[in-house]
Amino acid sequence: MRIGIDVGGTNTDAVLIDGSTVLAEIKTATTEDVTSGIAAALAALQAAAGHDPASVQGVMIGTTHFINAIIEGRNLAPTAAIRLGLPATEALPPMSGWPARLVTAIKGRGYLCHGGHEIDGRMISRLRRDELERASEDIVAHGVRAIAISSVYSPVNAECELEAAEILRGLLPDVPISVSHQIGRMGLLERENATIINACLSGLATHICRGLADAVSAAGIDAPLFLSQNDGTLMDVEHARRYPVATFASGPTNSMRGAAFLSGLRDCAVVDVGGTTTDVGMLRHGFPHEASTEVSVSGIRTNFRMPDVLSVGIGGGSRVREDPVTVGPDSVGFRLTEDALVFGGRTLTATDIAVAAGIADIGDRSLVRGLDRSLVEAVLARIGADISAVVDRVRTSAQATPVVAVGGGSILVPDDLPGVGAVHRPEHHATANAIGAAIAQVGGEVDRMYSMAPGERERLLDEAKQEAVDKAVAAGAKPDSVQIVDVDEVPLAYLPGNATRIRVKAVGDLVLAD
Amino acid sequence: MAITLQLDDLPDLARGAALLGTGGGGDPYIGLLLVSAELERGRTITLIDPDEVDDDALVVASAFMGAPTVVIEKIPGGDEPVIALRRLEQHLGRAADAIIPMECGGLNSMVPLLVAARTGLPVVDGDGMGRAFPELQMETFGVYGVSGSPIAICNERKHVTVIDTGPDNHSMEWYARGTTIRMGGVSYIAEYPMTGAQVKRTAIPRTMSLALRLGRVIREAREQHRDPFEALTECLSDTIYQHGRVLLEGKVVDVERRSADGFVRGTARISTFDGSRTVELTFQNEHLVARDGKRLLAIVPDLISVLDAESAAPITTEALRYGQRVRIFAISTPPIMRTPEALEVFGPRAFGLDEDWTPVEELSTV
Repeated sequence: MRIGIDVGGTNTDAVLIDGSTVLAEIKTATTEDVTSGIAAALAALQAAAGHDPASVQGVMIGTTHFINAIIEGRNLAPTAAIRLGLPATEALPPMSGWPARLVTAIKGRGYLCHGGHEIDGRMISRLRRDELERASEDIVAHGVRAIAISSVYSPVNAECELEAAEILRGLLPDVPISVSHQIGRMGLLERENATIINACLSGLATHICRGLADAVSAAGIDAPLFLSQNDGTLMDVEHARRYPVATFASGPTNSMRGAAFLSGLRDCAVVDVGGTTTDVGMLRHGFPHEASTEVSVSGIRTNFRMPDVLSVGIGGGSRVREDPVTVGPDSVGFRLTEDALVFGGRTLTATDIAVAAGIADIGDRSLVRGLDRSLVEAVLARIGADISAVVDRVRTSAQATPVVAVGGGSILVPDDLPGVGAVHRPEHHATANAIGAAIAQVGGEVDRMYSMAPGERERLLDEAKQEAVDKAVAAGAKPDSVQIVDVDEVPLAYLPGNATRIRVKAVGDLVLAD
Repeated sequence: MAITLQLDDLPDLARGAALLGTGGGGDPYIGLLLVSAELERGRTITLIDPDEVDDDALVVASAFMGAPTVVIEKIPGGDEPVIALRRLEQHLGRAADAIIPMECGGLNSMVPLLVAARTGLPVVDGDGMGRAFPELQMETFGVYGVSGSPIAICNERKHVTVIDTGPDNHSMEWYARGTTIRMGGVSYIAEYPMTGAQVKRTAIPRTMSLALRLGRVIREAREQHRDPFEALTECLSDTIYQHGRVLLEGKVVDVERRSADGFVRGTARISTFDGSRTVELTFQNEHLVARDGKRLLAIVPDLISVLDAESAAPITTEALRYGQRVRIFAISTPPIMRTPEALEVFGPRAFGLDEDWTPVEELSTV
């Protein structure tokens, strides 16, 4: 048995799963400190399922806590970004192009130092210890609590970053350090941005990860604790503490993978309706379709691979207006149980419409009995049309696409979306995110330089793929479930023998020990 | 008429320049950040019409050269193109009166603006490529008799070399490319020193303001929920470029690229959603040819760009990835780029393609 938990902005959902059977599902409110919410969710799950805590083999948690901290600009550590590359890169210091609000939120300080490599592996300039010493004095003087180190061409040669990290660790033993080659890929600014984001989350990550571990052991569970990553694979708590940025896209990834699991569909559109927004993404061969252009997180350009999800401001708490009929984008959010008509409030929401239409039974139905029938129908038609338009934009094929509706607000999705097709509403759809976390997979990665003679590309790629598959299996993946999810080739132009850096990632379903 | 560029103009200019970059020329995003930082410091950039340049003024072309994939990793120090200009002036014994973009497509739309901001020199609204091209001799300046030499080349170490090959622009490209590789794959240059009269005779006019306009058209179409591709076609119809059309809408099904000899070469295949048609794009930094099986859809020097199917955001060849939903958009080149002497320098055969150029507007799309 395993437990999946999804910590969202409003609700914390938990499920207990045995094999492919959902034994119990519960919803609780997310708490400010996250930990007490998880403790409450585990207690509620225990009450619902009555299982023996000792029989739980793994706890998988998906959380939007870290990305929300960036979006809201709170609980972030004062951060220094040290870049090695002088005399190159001086024209654009770290945090160029960032929203001023976020630079202020992390009290961001950039330092340009010598170091870095050329594309052919030669050094741009030698690392200088005196520059790092001067930077560390300034860092101490300004109360910096986290350091991000980036170096030109570190994905080709990480020496400078590693050496600088070693020196700074000696000078500032208590300050956590993130290095860019472990976080991003080619593209200095985007990789550095992701590294700075990771660094500024380090204090929060330590706090949250400890809290999660405490909550789980307090519930009497003695099983490994995992967090979901962007690509739908799991990482252990220690890894999550060091790389919180790897959780950023786990929300949409979990909801889409949960939808695939519940519906049995591998190619479909997934419509996830929450309290405030509806997120729509595509599953292809069981995996989320990725964004094509650069991904901006809260106005910061990064090169994360994230699911291509379009959002529209429609959810259970969306405000409904007449003349003309509109739904959202504003929402009463967590005040639904005070403001909505069915709860005795004065605001007409999408939930009130659903209750009036008889498709939901929440609050006091008699309070919406007076709503005009034609208004109710017009609002439901509006919601159907708006969601259809988003599905139409997301789908990758002109052919009819099956649609799976999940999330607490998915009752609002009509059974038949105009111009799109039939809607599947699988059992347990309301906790698809937590289910997605519970069924998350394990991965194997190959990252190596190859000398690629003409005509050998196919063979070397195949070799790298096979090795990644073998590693995933060694990490505990079920062999017949392993698939290649990412192939990244970086040709290094001027090295002899067509040197190419190949990165391949394979993932498969985790087999848990009995 | 002279235009003073505003901070708000730059994202539109970058978008339009990326479209004219035809997949290459480098992502203008880095250039956008560089030039924005100059304007935020209070520096100004003036764009002047070619007709406003004195016949005996000294005008110098400014640019970066090398693999665009290197620029996104090894960002410039910032002074390199200014140092190249100053060294060329020193070599010529005369100060420049204005600078002109070598290439209006991609990152090179921005490098001259950086020089303008740092030196106070005006930028001529025009260029020598009308798009992006991979080599220095592929400029209308040279096609119509201007020598690219002497050229000054500088890197982030402020190391500079001057190459003078007389009227032989091919050899200038060859030596400059070798120097650029040794300099770490990217360098910043000042070249094609010429008179105002030569600018008026050989430059493709008003391509910078065109890039600004095309970028604005895409943004405004999105804001007004209009089809940006229709808006582009409409906008192009009253310019010297005349024709713009969608060749295919589909998704990227394969990309193969390799860096060699200072260029990024490769192919991309894009299939319609129902899989019934597949177009193959061949690129050498920029897209050279679009084919549906054996059938030709567009060929250099006409422009072939890959844009996001929804937003019409241009996608460079280095950013092309499996699964992207895109439209291939072709634009006809202006008449000054279609003469026999121009086609000899940047027509299909100049890229080793064994076929003649056919105007894109005469090829069928279906």
